[in-house]
Amino acid sequence: MDINLDFIYGHLPYWLFIILMLSGLFIVVSRGNLIKKIVGLNIFQTSVFMFYISIGKITGGTAPILLDKSYSNSDVAYSNPLPHVLILTAIVVGIATTSLGLALIIKIREEYDTVEEDDIQKMDEKDLMTYNKKNVLEFKS
Amino acid sequence: MASEIKEGTLDLINHLPILQVITPMLIAPILVVLNNKTLSWLLSFLGALACLFISVLLIQTVSDGSTLTYSLGGWAPPIGIEYRIDAANSILLFLISIISVIVLIFSYSSLHVEIPEEKHTLFYACFLLCLTGLLGVVATADIFNVFVFLEISSLSTYVLVAQGSYLDRRALSASFNYLIMGTIGATFFVIGIGYIYMATGSLNMMDIAERVSELGDSRTVQAGFAFIVVGMGLKLAMVPLHVWLPNAYTFAPTVVTCFLAATATKVALYVLIRFVFSVFNYEDSFVNELFFFLIMPLAIIAMIAASVIAIFKQNLKKMFAYSSLAQIGYMLLGLSLVSEKGLASSLVHMVNHGFTKAALFMSLGAFMLNTKNVYINSLQGLGRSMPFTSAAFVIGGLSLIGVPGTAGFISKWLLLEAALGSGYWLVAVLIIVSSLFAVIYIWKIIEVLYFSESSESYSEVNVLTLTPIWILSFFCIFLGINTSLTVEVANMAAEILFK
Repeated sequence: MDINLDFIYGHLPYWLFIILMLSGLFIVVSRGNLIKKIVGLNIFQTSVFMFYISIGKITGGTAPILLDKSYSNSDVAYSNPLPHVLILTAIVVGIATTSLGLALIIKIREEYDTVEEDDIQKMDEKDLMTYNKKNVLEFKS
Repeated sequence: MASEIKEGTLDLINHLPILQVITPMLIAPILVVLNNKTLSWLLSFLGALACLFISVLLIQTVSDGSTLTYSLGGWAPPIGIEYRIDAANSILLFLISIISVIVLIFSYSSLHVEIPEEKHTLFYACFLLCLTGLLGVVATADIFNVFVFLEISSLSTYVLVAQGSYLDRRALSASFNYLIMGTIGATFFVIGIGYIYMATGSLNMMDIAERVSELGDSRTVQAGFAFIVVGMGLKLAMVPLHVWLPNAYTFAPTVVTCFLAATATKVALYVLIRFVFSVFNYEDSFVNELFFFLIMPLAIIAMIAASVIAIFKQNLKKMFAYSSLAQIGYMLLGLSLVSEKGLASSLVHMVNHGFTKAALFMSLGAFMLNTKNVYINSLQGLGRSMPFTSAAFVIGGLSLIGVPGTAGFISKWLLLEAALGSGYWLVAVLIIVSSLFAVIYIWKIIEVLYFSESSESYSEVNVLTLTPIWILSFFCIFLGINTSLTVEVANMAAEILFK
């Protein structure tokens, strides 16, 4: 089997994007530590940001600033600014998600005294066994 | 495309699509500034009422089959963001707005037991942001805007679910799991949007639809579609991607559970419908085959398996969370028939199930105000001590089963008709089997409510708590008798989407 090197080099940003994306997704799925999960989620999202930024780039393209107001100078290639603008929004969303996730982890640690998923699950099961004890049955007054 | 509103009408009516979305968004920060518990309830209630009023106006405007478009900031589409209201999304805007109004009436009496007093203002602010997000997803015709609103609603939903931690700490881990899954779903959705943008260079749905059909067989578009289906599958709890839902619904405060069960998953399903019919071409083989080989089997598994699991749940909130998964199965099944009738039944079921499930969760919430928990054995004999709440619960339960005369019957009948019309008689049998499972778990509760002795006597909840429950029960029956609102609009919507 011969590998088409040109194809690989020609799509280098996409390969990097896919590697980063899968590493992020793998961390989210495989790690039990909640903070590591958030880190994995961040890597996953960052890969998408890089993907968006790379699709806006044109070889030899310059910054999209209009110098010639008559629009006649058509031989200048501009990079597409729209994906960059979109991804600014997505970055904001990503930051909000991360901070909310971390805030939840702080609350989880206060309540469970651990940030390991397995331990939390064990405690949840114990909660379920003793559901008629004070924690669930009675409203905190 | 020019707006089809007649000249000479009130100028404000041209701005209804945007007012629908930004009204709750503008009220939310005001609540935080005022920081007054009662005032924030009143303001959110008035805001939701305004949303309902606007959605009724919108549904009247588009009920003749016309489309209302709005260019944000005066930038004409496809460059600017476009809001586009037609029969399909006006009916969902109405559902979301009316459920938010009803849920807010209920929250006045239930919230103070479930959430500490000092958090009420922030809770209402978050609730309004969630409402904004859901309305925005439905109203917009710009695919990146869909993502932004989806995340506005999801982020506030994670916060709202986590508020259940005041009563049960498991709400925190449920919310965290929801956050991880929801974010993965949203990110998949963004990747899909990126692929579509790469292939077409546009973000406006109508514009993309034209360009996609010109492109023909494009691997990039197909990959984008796959990412969008998986992303939305996570958000709407399609069966193998549903694991976040049962815990999130169980441990969230009642108000939140009602609101989410009635609206959030439906909005994600609407996005999927919109992409399949308005952005991609449902006649393309990759869309068609996906529905036949993937969505339909998964929908049937959801219908059967989730109903069976629901029978064995002792925690009633969890039981109805699983029943929600089964109902989402019905909606996906209607969609996967890829016929006008199937789609119409799916849309009608979205609305009918929204009211039904909200009625059920809300009467559970009323039981919980007295019994302090939602386990089945704590409801013993409540049929006698809380007759009005129990009666409302029974009506909701009958509608969930699909007894003639209730809303659930109409949508299940339409679904059966659509399945038989497409020649899937085995699917039709499975729909009935799944409904029979619903009879089992609803009967289990009715038996406990009416045919067992109570150890403690409780008094009926107050009128303010009963009102929203009975409004929902009224809709469960009203929509089963008067179908002009749902079925006609849904048929119109299906016609527009299939055009």
